[in-house]
Amino acid sequence: MGIYYENYGFSTIFGTLYVKPKVYNNMSKDIRIKKGLNINLVGAAEQTTSKAVLSNVYAINLDDFHGITPKMLVKQGAEIKAGEALFYNKNREDMMFVSPVSGELVEINRGARRRILTLKILADKEQETVAHKKIDVEKVSKEELKAYLLNGGCWPFIKQRPYDIIADPDANPKAIFISGYTTAPLAANADYILKGKEAELQAAVNALGKLTPGKVHVSVGKSSASTLSVLQGVELHRISGPHPAGLVGTQINKLDPINKGETVWTVSPQDLIIIGELLLTGKFNPERTVALAGSSVKAPKYYTTKIGTEISTFLYGSGVNSDNFRVINGDVLTGSKSKPDGHLGYYNNTVTAIPEGDDYEFFGWNKPIFNKISATRALTFSWLQPNKKYDLDTNTNGEHRAFVVTGMYEKVFPMDIYPLQLLKACMVQDLDEMEQLGLYEVAPEDFALTEFICVSKQPHQKIIREGLDLLHKEIG
Amino acid sequence: MSDKRLTFKKRLHIIKHHYRGKKMAPAFNAFHTFLFTPDETTHNGSHVRAADDLKRTMNTVILALVPVLLFSMFNAGYQHYSAINGFPENFSLLEHFLTWDNFWIGIVKVLPLVVVSYGVGLLVEFIFAVIKGHEVEEGYLVTGMLVPLIMPIDTPLWMLAVAVVFGVVIAKEVFGGTGMNILNPALTIRAFLFFAYPTWMSGDKVWVHGAKEGVTQAGSADAISGETILGYLAQGNEAAYQAKYSLSDMFFGFIPGSVGETSTFLILIGGLFLIFSKIASWRIMVSAVIGSLAMGLIFNGIVDAGWIPEYSKFYGLMQFDFWKHLIVGGLAFGIVYMATDPVTGSQTNRGKWFYGFFIGFISVMIRVFNPGYPEGVFLAILLMNVFAPTIDHYVIRGNVKRRMKRLKNAVVLPTDSSAAAKELKAETV
Repeated sequence: MGIYYENYGFSTIFGTLYVKPKVYNNMSKDIRIKKGLNINLVGAAEQTTSKAVLSNVYAINLDDFHGITPKMLVKQGAEIKAGEALFYNKNREDMMFVSPVSGELVEINRGARRRILTLKILADKEQETVAHKKIDVEKVSKEELKAYLLNGGCWPFIKQRPYDIIADPDANPKAIFISGYTTAPLAANADYILKGKEAELQAAVNALGKLTPGKVHVSVGKSSASTLSVLQGVELHRISGPHPAGLVGTQINKLDPINKGETVWTVSPQDLIIIGELLLTGKFNPERTVALAGSSVKAPKYYTTKIGTEISTFLYGSGVNSDNFRVINGDVLTGSKSKPDGHLGYYNNTVTAIPEGDDYEFFGWNKPIFNKISATRALTFSWLQPNKKYDLDTNTNGEHRAFVVTGMYEKVFPMDIYPLQLLKACMVQDLDEMEQLGLYEVAPEDFALTEFICVSKQPHQKIIREGLDLLHKEIG
Repeated sequence: MSDKRLTFKKRLHIIKHHYRGKKMAPAFNAFHTFLFTPDETTHNGSHVRAADDLKRTMNTVILALVPVLLFSMFNAGYQHYSAINGFPENFSLLEHFLTWDNFWIGIVKVLPLVVVSYGVGLLVEFIFAVIKGHEVEEGYLVTGMLVPLIMPIDTPLWMLAVAVVFGVVIAKEVFGGTGMNILNPALTIRAFLFFAYPTWMSGDKVWVHGAKEGVTQAGSADAISGETILGYLAQGNEAAYQAKYSLSDMFFGFIPGSVGETSTFLILIGGLFLIFSKIASWRIMVSAVIGSLAMGLIFNGIVDAGWIPEYSKFYGLMQFDFWKHLIVGGLAFGIVYMATDPVTGSQTNRGKWFYGFFIGFISVMIRVFNPGYPEGVFLAILLMNVFAPTIDHYVIRGNVKRRMKRLKNAVVLPTDSSAAAKELKAETV
């Protein structure tokens, strides 16, 4: 614990009035986030789990692996086992991406310039899984462990910051962060989906602990009895506060912010289970508990299913209550647009269905609004009932404009970063500014909330994604 | 909810698709989106969006201006008739102020200013939108309302039209439209008129309707005067204004001045509404008030210390009680509605404190030291508009330096594949 006085040099005249001792308490285990906004929506998944109908066809969407150039290892029509590599990363030949099921690779869907978009696998009735030899995490070297995860298809679950991409196995991360605190709207509750998975989680964090000279930070809700809170060998943090308190980026910023040249890895807890199971059994098990939520779902609840499964296999199990709805692979803030016959994303454990908002609203810009969420009180009345649940649709509620309003994003953006200025730096592609204003510390998801409240309806996440890609390309 | 509206909605939808990609599309869309928020949906990124858009934001500011506009229409008549017949002995709001006669002067003199301001300004916006192929943006909705409220009542309409064209084109469109401008367009329009036609913008003849035309006082051959309180003070004629206006007149706004600037009371209510609705920055408002009080106190202190002789031309305004600066002239109006413009003001929360403070400080300073025209709010805000990016720059450098310092203290680990890591490994093996 140290006391640290801000020193602004020439800008001291602008800082003097505000200089106050800041206590940087790295030792503290609790974080309380004040800035943010909880988006309470109708249709939260009830905490009961059903088994989804088995899917005939499983698909891998290559967009899930941002920045990866795939090189196919099997040809169309080939028979593969579950856990067998489908393709590898062109820039990193030992990084394997494996099939979630055994069956026949029936379709390689290509787009412009023959870029692979999706791979479809027709599942066998009898599932067969590749069995790797088991390893003892305690005994193997760091390099052997990395090779095992890379070959076993679990490496893609480890993401890195900066750039929000699959981790570079050569990097030496200063810490690894796992957030088990769920604040995103309608997202799968981490406490619930991790129940009974102590062994897998412990095996996974043991392995991760070996990959970093620093700490493995694990966070849970303030009074949560999450399985994560009993793990050994990790730094446990109790988090409270509104969204985005549960986002790993917020927690990194508060606990151990990323500096230029540093790397931090992040893993989402549901993927820890798959990593743990590979280490314990030698088998890649793509099974996961998925929350089906949203106001268009009749009976929102949890389903156990596999990565790549067709969404309709559980969506229609719960029933839908309209024709005109949108299926989102992920939560409403960060997910990607899908369809009932789309497939569960590689990293997703939430599928949301909400009404499409493709209709006009008479005088929607000046009449008082009671049925939508707003961060202002400009004849919008969501401030009256902060806990009310809303049924939001996908309408933009206005047109795209230049940035006009200031000071609003800061109210929902808890990091020590100027969000508007960083967005503008990304838009004008000013690499120096992007670096100096903290682009290394953020991922697109960190800007989902500012995008939600944006009066100018700017695509914040896209701007940040493009900024990260540019910075990655130019600076590497 | 009838079928009629449904067909109306559908018909507009069809026309929208008819115009899509054509030159006149922005013009049609401006009317269409005025009636209906569009059927646009999100794509990727955040699939749900908050209820507010820029139109709603601008509309909130207009709502905060409506009471001021209505008051100003009555006050136009009240000042006019009082200048002719003398101020009423026992003032009653209903009998002397909220009368049809007064309101009629407002309709004849104030409403045309509003109509010309919106008409000319929106025409320029539409032309630019069609030529440049972008949507008509909402910025002018507020500017168009502010402009008539900061004009002297007798401003000729052609003059206003010329100034609006100048202001919208030079202050806004050449920079790229709403959100891109450096100077506040409404104040640029005001500044243009001030420097181009000073006789119509200052002096003792422009603040009350009829004074410029030489309307005479009842039962006398003397022309009516429309001197403002600041004008009297600048002449060192304190007794003259005290005889005419009480403190409550100043606060509630029964005094001459630019059309909408007089009622500090209604401006205060508008300001509180804007702060409550989270549309305008309270930081700017509070710091601007502090800044103006600080400058006023300094001047009062100079007078109290006896550093300035009574015959000095600055004495009248310098000895004016520091807090009274807030209830005369355009200071309150400028602080609440103009300084808080998010596009031209400071964009960082910390910067807003400095930006607001200097607006208040410099406003009172110019007010006292400008012999020709005892008012400085619009000049102070324009000046600070220019400095706002500089203030932000230093505030943001503070954040960058903090990040740099963190980097300096950080131990950056070598990558596993780098030479350093291999060396390290060799040593440990």
